[in-house]
Amino acid sequence: MRPGDGVETYGGDAQPRLGFFTDTSVCIGCKACEVACKEWNLVPEDGLVWTGHSYDNTGELNANTWRHVAFIEQQAPDPIKQGNQDFRWLMESDVCKHCTHAGCLDVCPTGAIFRTEFGTVVIQDDVCNGCGYCVTACPFGVITKRELGGDGGMHKCTLCYDRLQDGMEPACAKACPTDSIQFGPLDELVERARERCGDLVEAGVSEARLYLADENDGIGGAGAFFLLLDEPEVYGLPPQPVVPTKNLGTIWGAAAAAAGALAIGVAAAFLGGDR
Amino acid sequence: MSATSPTDALSYYSQPIIKEPVWEADIPLYFFTGGLAGASDLLALGAQFSGNRRLRTSALAAATFGTAVSPYFLIKDLGRPLRFLNMLRVVKITSPMSVGTWIFSAESATTSVAAACRLFGVFPRVRAMAQVLAGLIGPAQATYTGALVAQSVVPAWHEARRELPLLFASSAAASAGAAAAILTPVEQAAPARRLGIIGGATELATSKLMEKRLGKLIGSVYHEGEAGKYSRFATASTLAGTALMAVAGKRRVGAVAAGALLLTGSLCERFAVYHAGKQSARDPHHTSIPQKERGGRAVTQPSSRTGNGSSPSASTR
Repeated sequence: MRPGDGVETYGGDAQPRLGFFTDTSVCIGCKACEVACKEWNLVPEDGLVWTGHSYDNTGELNANTWRHVAFIEQQAPDPIKQGNQDFRWLMESDVCKHCTHAGCLDVCPTGAIFRTEFGTVVIQDDVCNGCGYCVTACPFGVITKRELGGDGGMHKCTLCYDRLQDGMEPACAKACPTDSIQFGPLDELVERARERCGDLVEAGVSEARLYLADENDGIGGAGAFFLLLDEPEVYGLPPQPVVPTKNLGTIWGAAAAAAGALAIGVAAAFLGGDR
Repeated sequence: MSATSPTDALSYYSQPIIKEPVWEADIPLYFFTGGLAGASDLLALGAQFSGNRRLRTSALAAATFGTAVSPYFLIKDLGRPLRFLNMLRVVKITSPMSVGTWIFSAESATTSVAAACRLFGVFPRVRAMAQVLAGLIGPAQATYTGALVAQSVVPAWHEARRELPLLFASSAAASAGAAAAILTPVEQAAPARRLGIIGGATELATSKLMEKRLGKLIGSVYHEGEAGKYSRFATASTLAGTALMAVAGKRRVGAVAAGALLLTGSLCERFAVYHAGKQSARDPHHTSIPQKERGGRAVTQPSSRTGNGSSPSASTR
């Protein structure tokens, strides 16, 4: 996997790119990752609600939820527990993808969002002015504004930047009892994930697939990628995410052309006198 | 969820994939007032060059009003308004909001200087220079906001990236022409009337082109909900304003009525675009279906023997 955009500015201080491989085939839906994340990062409690969506009462990733376990109940044979009833339960612990080409980082007008020496993407809370542009630029709907207590800033997973700097693994990966969340150097993780996916397919789990593990996808590959057992949309993930910056040339070109058209329009308005 | 979304398309409990923009009504109000200011500065510059002093004063007044009220909306919408100045820490070409903050700051400064010098009748050369600079920055101010919303993953905005800057520019032109036509005696207001007509007609054509290019699925937002209401009202108001300005703009009553209609149409067009973005962000299929049709390398199924990513299996179609 290529380095994240901007990591070259660290020169000799750049570290190997670190990330997550979330293997959903061994997730048991315990939500220990959600709890560990909230506890370690002091992410505030944001309400206890019943969604009616299986065991998912967390709902979504947002400013106050940096790990979210999705639960999907399907009337389909379970490929892993063969011989089981006609039912399977998909569980997936979702997280910020720490994109190689990160839309949030590209559009942040204050420089609050930056690329760390580990290739991850972090919001500096003391710089963020709460403009909300990053919310519109994330292909995964990860970032939102924290309204609690008048905070007003944007928040998301930091991949436990503080723990990384002390050589520790992120809280969610540390707490995961089945190693569904694996942490480490991204290149090692990708290799391990390919092997795991290949083994699953060979064992008859033809639905196994990797998501965001290819550096030629629309975001240049992710620092947090997944092994899924169904289409990405089933888990609430975009099937082919693309960073909007990919079309930046077209966008600025259209703006320049429109500015030129406005100038021509005003000039034309003066043809034919004042009366 | 959009009525045109297929019911069998996959989603996670019909929940959105991307997040709805957190921006409130301040943002379309900023787009409108900022656009009015930008196009009015250019109109004032044109009037300056053509020697139409009365029109120049009117256009400068409209530009001053726009630059005076637009920062209120812009800053009020921030989650942490006191940190507005953090925008001036960096210059980032990948962020139209960053580029736009500098455009907006330069336009505010030059317009304020031009207006103050005119009001107090001092420093004529400084005033002339400020007016020229404001006029040159004006078109950028009127169009960058279109680029700002286009540089996003919101389907109704990103997929309209070719049309949105022109839509905003023409909407700004219509509003600037309308404001100057209201503020200027009809004997000196012909360029303002023409700008209102050119802007209004271009705004109508561009919004229809945008809807068409968005296609059936995403374009449907302009026929539903809040976006549908504002879009219909904007079209009717701009159409009526453009026509009235053409036939009755030379009479005072006609100019004022046509100007009011064009201003209303321009304002509602920004609200239509704003709500269209929110509505399309809420619908997971607006994100997933076009992505699936385009394809890509996000989903791969490697075999253990080669260790290389291969194309997704048939099950991903």
